[in-house]
Amino acid sequence: MITTKDVEHMGWLSRLKIEEEKLEGYAGQLNSVLDYFGQLDEVDTEGVEPTYHVLEMNNVFREDEITECLTQTLAIGNAPKTQDGFFKAPRIV
Amino acid sequence: MHLKPRTAFSRPPGSYEVNVLITISRTIKAINDSSAVEVVEQCLERIENSTYNAIIKVTRDEAIKATRKLNGGPLAGVPIAIKDNISTKGMETTCGSRILSGYVPPYDAHVIERLKAAGAIIVGKANMDEFAMGTSTETSYYGPTLNPWDPECVPGGSSGGSAATVAAGEVPLALGSDTGGSVRCPASYCGVVGLKPTYGVISRYGLISYANSLEQIGPIASNVEDMTLLFNVIAGHDPRDSTSLPGEKNYTKALVNDVKGLKIGVPKEYFGEGTDPAVERSVWEAVHTLESLGASWKEVEMPHTKYALAAYYVIAMSEASSNLARFDGMRYGLRLEKDHDWHTTYSEIRAAGFGEEVKRRILLGTYALSAGYMDKYYLKALKVRTLVKQDFERALKDNDVLIAPTMPAPAFKLGEKISDPLTLYLADVNTVPINLAGVPSISLPCGFSDGLPIGLQIMGRHFDEETIIRTAYTFEQNTDFHTREVA
Repeated sequence: MITTKDVEHMGWLSRLKIEEEKLEGYAGQLNSVLDYFGQLDEVDTEGVEPTYHVLEMNNVFREDEITECLTQTLAIGNAPKTQDGFFKAPRIV
Repeated sequence: MHLKPRTAFSRPPGSYEVNVLITISRTIKAINDSSAVEVVEQCLERIENSTYNAIIKVTRDEAIKATRKLNGGPLAGVPIAIKDNISTKGMETTCGSRILSGYVPPYDAHVIERLKAAGAIIVGKANMDEFAMGTSTETSYYGPTLNPWDPECVPGGSSGGSAATVAAGEVPLALGSDTGGSVRCPASYCGVVGLKPTYGVISRYGLISYANSLEQIGPIASNVEDMTLLFNVIAGHDPRDSTSLPGEKNYTKALVNDVKGLKIGVPKEYFGEGTDPAVERSVWEAVHTLESLGASWKEVEMPHTKYALAAYYVIAMSEASSNLARFDGMRYGLRLEKDHDWHTTYSEIRAAGFGEEVKRRILLGTYALSAGYMDKYYLKALKVRTLVKQDFERALKDNDVLIAPTMPAPAFKLGEKISDPLTLYLADVNTVPINLAGVPSISLPCGFSDGLPIGLQIMGRHFDEETIIRTAYTFEQNTDFHTREVA
């Protein structure tokens, strides 16, 4: 059961500001989906390994060679705010 | 040779010739008869005059420029629409979201590099559900796409723009992406052909991730041959995607009109409650058509199908909550005028930039991955995924392909399901198991119900696209659903 407090907490964890008056609406919608997820409990998964990846691939390695990459100008070309060729972020502390 | 959707609602009469360029072979003939520039120009006009909102960004200047510089290739001068979550260098790529409005990728996706090398001409970016999260293309920030067969209906999703523009006869080819049915669902609803390849066959480099362990880029066209020609161009190894598999194949060799000796499995779980009787009838008729051509069939059991939908949504939402964390407004995309501290700024940008469905999935995905719930939801879903995958392995041990409806019912009306997320999710019941298992699957038209197309789904073994292409091609060559006109 997801409470409005849970929604607020998930919003904080995922950096998604949720308006106070919308908390209840989200809680209702999320709970109906979560109830549906509850049917997974019916499945006996004793001894079943999880599938993270459908193909049996292990780590893929390549030679550590220098190749071309984006220029600094291109890399920051989409940034809404920049300064001296850097991304400009708000203060953190 | 082509689909002719009903025309009463949209086309200014006499403004262009309908359907002349809808296949690759017709397009190439038209190029030889006139010129590539003329053909591309006509295609751009069709898109610009369209009322379906299938293309949200027409790339006119780039298209004309590229056509003037053509240098051969198997798709030389053939127009194509690209789903808006596939990065196109110098062309705005938004994922149907406000948060990426104005974003212009500085590089091409692997599939775009391949298309350009083959001479294909990108004429526009196709509408989609925001971040590919949806079954109806109604969650796009740029407005819904309409179904050309009935503009009161949805085109399916999330690659609704890609399928609708092909169905409308605007463009012969399009690329979509399929995370839980997002190529096959709109192909089914719009009466065109779409393929979800085996996971790893097409590089995801440049595809903006939603749920990376499930998704593949997929080709869409008006017939099996064109879909295969497009697939052949875009499939192949790319070292920049660590899940991309080595090797190249020539898939066009599978375009063989022969199913003698083919063994078909029909999973009864795919005809569950809520299956439209017309859909059930059309799919069985398709099985019997293939039987009359030399194939045999038997019913098979895939007992975990029932749980695939819940497992899919848990995994997809969990992966989405992680993949979409990168949208912070610092490096690209929406940034609000006023900055506060880091966390507040970040939270406000994301609140303003993402739509409701994306927010719901991020919130639930975060919940499913959070301390105390991870084992109950995420890990459990991954175990159920193993069981779903084993269902496929068992069913495809003695059978070459599996056949079922792509969607339980034809396209629904705009606005009919969007207000209740769970109802909309339930429409994906027959498409999501395929992504969990990573197997390939095609949807192609096999009938109509009240003027709306019905999709036939043909699933195969890992890396055996050839057999499902051959089955689809044989069905198509011996039926006329892909040529059917709707009054």
